[in-house]
Amino acid sequence: MSDALTAVLDWVAVLCLLAGAMLSFVASVGLIRFPDLLSRMHTAAKPQVLGLLLVLVGIGLRLLPEETGIFTVGTLAVVGLFQVITVPVAAHIAARVGYRTGRIDEDLLVADELFDRLESEDRATGTRRYRASE
Amino acid sequence: MNVLWIAIAVLLGAAALLSMARMLMGPSILDRALSLDVLVASALTGIGAYAALNRDPTVLPVLLVLSLVGFVGSISVSKFVARRHEDALRERDEPVPAPNTEGGDAA
Repeated sequence: MSDALTAVLDWVAVLCLLAGAMLSFVASVGLIRFPDLLSRMHTAAKPQVLGLLLVLVGIGLRLLPEETGIFTVGTLAVVGLFQVITVPVAAHIAARVGYRTGRIDEDLLVADELFDRLESEDRATGTRRYRASE
Repeated sequence: MNVLWIAIAVLLGAAALLSMARMLMGPSILDRALSLDVLVASALTGIGAYAALNRDPTVLPVLLVLSLVGFVGSISVSKFVARRHEDALRERDEPVPAPNTEGGDAA
């Protein structure tokens, strides 16, 4: 690969890394400033993953001119795939446990669709499932 | 370009410190598990930035392993919280919620 192309790729890579680092920083600021578990979960899931994906793109662009560039890019793609698969699962399970063990601050909720659903199911089946106020 | 690399390092360090602060502040164990997730993601980003700076692909397997293992922590903490909640209910002779019908025993 020509030197000029490598230089351009390097610049794009550094900008990607910078954007990714900024998003990671924003995610952590949100983690500090947001008031409850669910909004913190939002900042941990979305900006953090986007930042990580941008950083992976940056690494890929930076390592592409090397001899083993193709393998590197493959590894990075797998890393990104795992993140995209696992982070929503973890956030979902943590949110679910938080809701059902009453760790959600209801004053901060705009809509509580899960409660309506659980309530109607409980009425239909005669069971009682847990929610925050009980 | 050096300035940009330094800015990246500073931002990532600050991100890790802030999520560490949330881990210390709590208040609930789920918050701590969540901030542990963010901390692992910051570590992934930092190791990735190192690989990019030095053009060093040897640390990439570390990225792979961290991205696989990172989420196990918060999931097992969630399971632990749910189990402990049920035990506490049983101790107080309160009805334990019915098992979840829509797939999975997450909570």
